[in-house]
Amino acid sequence: MISLASSNTIFWTHAVAFSLFSLGLIGFLVRRNAIVVLMCVEMMLNSVNLILVEMATRMNATEGLILVIFTITVAAAEAAVGLGMILNLYRLKGTVDLDSFHVLKG
Amino acid sequence: MMIFWFAGMLLSPLVGAIVNGLLLRTSHNRRAGVIATTAVAISFCSALKLSIEIASGSEKVIMFAIPFFEVGAKSFVWGFSFDALTTVMALVVTGIGTLIHLYSIGYMAEEKKAYRYFTYLNFFLFQMLLLISSDNLLGIFVGWEGVGLCSYLLIGYWYEDPEKSKAGMKAFVINRIGDVGFLIGMFLCLSFFNTLNISEIAAQLGAPSSLDPRWLNLLALAFFFGATGKSAQIPLFTWLPDAMAGPTPVSALIHAATMVTAGIYLIARLSFLFQITQTTNHVITIIGAATALIAALIGTSQKDIKKVLAYSTVSQLGLMFVALGSRAYFAAIFHVMTHAFFKALLFLGSGSVIHGMHGEQDIFKMGGLAKKMPITFITFAIGTIAICGLPPLAGFFSKDTILFETLALNRYGLFFWSVAFLASMLTCFYMIRLLVLVFLGAPRYGSEVHPHESPLTMTIPLIVLAVGSALVGLLGMPHSLHLLPNYLEHFLSASLVQIPLGTPAIPEMAAMLITTSSALAVVAFSFVLYRRFGDFNFLFNKFVGIRTLCASKFWIDELYQLLYVQPFNQIGKLLSSFVDPKLIDGCVRLPAWITKQGSLALSSLNTGVIQTYLFWMVLGLTAILWSLGKGVAF
Repeated sequence: MISLASSNTIFWTHAVAFSLFSLGLIGFLVRRNAIVVLMCVEMMLNSVNLILVEMATRMNATEGLILVIFTITVAAAEAAVGLGMILNLYRLKGTVDLDSFHVLKG
Repeated sequence: MMIFWFAGMLLSPLVGAIVNGLLLRTSHNRRAGVIATTAVAISFCSALKLSIEIASGSEKVIMFAIPFFEVGAKSFVWGFSFDALTTVMALVVTGIGTLIHLYSIGYMAEEKKAYRYFTYLNFFLFQMLLLISSDNLLGIFVGWEGVGLCSYLLIGYWYEDPEKSKAGMKAFVINRIGDVGFLIGMFLCLSFFNTLNISEIAAQLGAPSSLDPRWLNLLALAFFFGATGKSAQIPLFTWLPDAMAGPTPVSALIHAATMVTAGIYLIARLSFLFQITQTTNHVITIIGAATALIAALIGTSQKDIKKVLAYSTVSQLGLMFVALGSRAYFAAIFHVMTHAFFKALLFLGSGSVIHGMHGEQDIFKMGGLAKKMPITFITFAIGTIAICGLPPLAGFFSKDTILFETLALNRYGLFFWSVAFLASMLTCFYMIRLLVLVFLGAPRYGSEVHPHESPLTMTIPLIVLAVGSALVGLLGMPHSLHLLPNYLEHFLSASLVQIPLGTPAIPEMAAMLITTSSALAVVAFSFVLYRRFGDFNFLFNKFVGIRTLCASKFWIDELYQLLYVQPFNQIGKLLSSFVDPKLIDGCVRLPAWITKQGSLALSSLNTGVIQTYLFWMVLGLTAILWSLGKGVAF
């Protein structure tokens, strides 16, 4: 049985995580700067991490906490790869504005 | 053992066609001609052997069958029977065929790659033999179509000339119209008798049945319509004069002696059916008489030597149909036989003239050829006298048999006898006109033409056919002359229905006397007029109407052009200018257009900007999650 006080904590944690995810999503869709877009992706990832940590703590599930560590590690690697790609994009066109890249058009 | 001879007769022209057309394809014309002629000669010898067996009575009918195909529970066979009627036809076809092949060696000597010609000619003989030796309607139909095909190929043999090519197409299309009648007849037979075998149909017709005579009339009418196509009768006769575009030996073999008699053969073969269909017989007699008269009238005013003979053929075929309609089946077949001889002779003679005149066919540009081409002249004259029906040549006996039996058997005998009599008189008139204009009088050709007698390969068949035209009538001498027994009638009585003769309006000897003396008078009249005055315009100009009518061939071609060809062309134009490009192509293009427009709309989504894609992806994911949520909630 989850107490009222603790359910309050869950509410707020979820609220923060949801806000983070939404901000990340919106930024991810509307911003044109590739680096900002990458940051937004990280933000969405971390909002999920937040929920994972919260729920794992509440359910006494250590596996959840370990999973979060893994996620952060993978995210770090992914950020490195992403930044490398952005660097290459910059070398290609002299800008990181995503609107200048139409190469996916068939 | 008889099967061996039969196979030899039937298959050797096919082997000849295969060797010439598929294996050798030699450009050596004489070699191709010798191969083809040998093949037909073998066929003739086999036919002779078979006929001796049949005539001696050791084997009345030779029959056997090979499976052909099955439809449901019904199986069809290649069935063959060799009886008296087949014997007569086979001897005529292969005998005259051999002579014409021989003649062709000389006639086609200067052609390029005449092996094509000999292949078609051999294949034609194979199909013709198939037609006359089949014991079921299906086999006859296969042969019927086969000879039609060969006829088409040979009329259009010089296909570089669009006119000749068109003549071939005309012949083929008109024959196809007749074939519809034949097909309907076969379907009716299948539904009435559940068989196509002729002797089985005869047996079922012999037994008392509940079949309405009107159905039988319809059946007979369907077969008769088929016969009008192949045998060039009204309303389907216009192809035959045009068929003269082919090489002359082809006209002699296919369009005079053999193929065009297929319709008469068919009706004679089905004489057990036609003897009981009164109404149809009246139709046959009327059409035959009308054709005989109209074609003879047209024949009097033609300028092309081959066209005169072509209309003469149509007219003679009309006479044969008069006999068939009067149920004088023997008379019709007898005339088929004698006509094959003298008409083949006349055509080959005209071919010899054309050959000697370097392709000239207009009789008003000939004249005086008797001295230059004596053999051709004498044989042509014998053919002319034979077709005029002067005794004792072949045409006299057969034509007299037709006239007299029509008189004796037909309910309206006197009327049809008069029409047939008139047609025969016209025949005498235009044949003598032809003979005089071509061979007698002063030459009317230019000095650059040097007519010459044809080579031996061409004159030998002429001589043989002339002898045949003179003598073959003796085989069927009418009883009333009391000179010789009527061998042919006795022989054919095994396969043909014989109706006992009624009392004629005129006794036979009197009728014979009338026809012969009138024929002599007309011959003399025509001879004197043309010998003396050439083209006697002064007389014809008094009858401008009739003359124009004859010269323009009764405007039948124009009528068909107006009634059938032009509407057909108009429909074709409508179809090709509207229905095909707009309606049918439209139906096909509409889905393509929809797809194209849809794709254009969708391709605007393909911006290449990754964030647009992501936007759609998020939208899609949201939609999926939302619907999943709805689903769970419910």
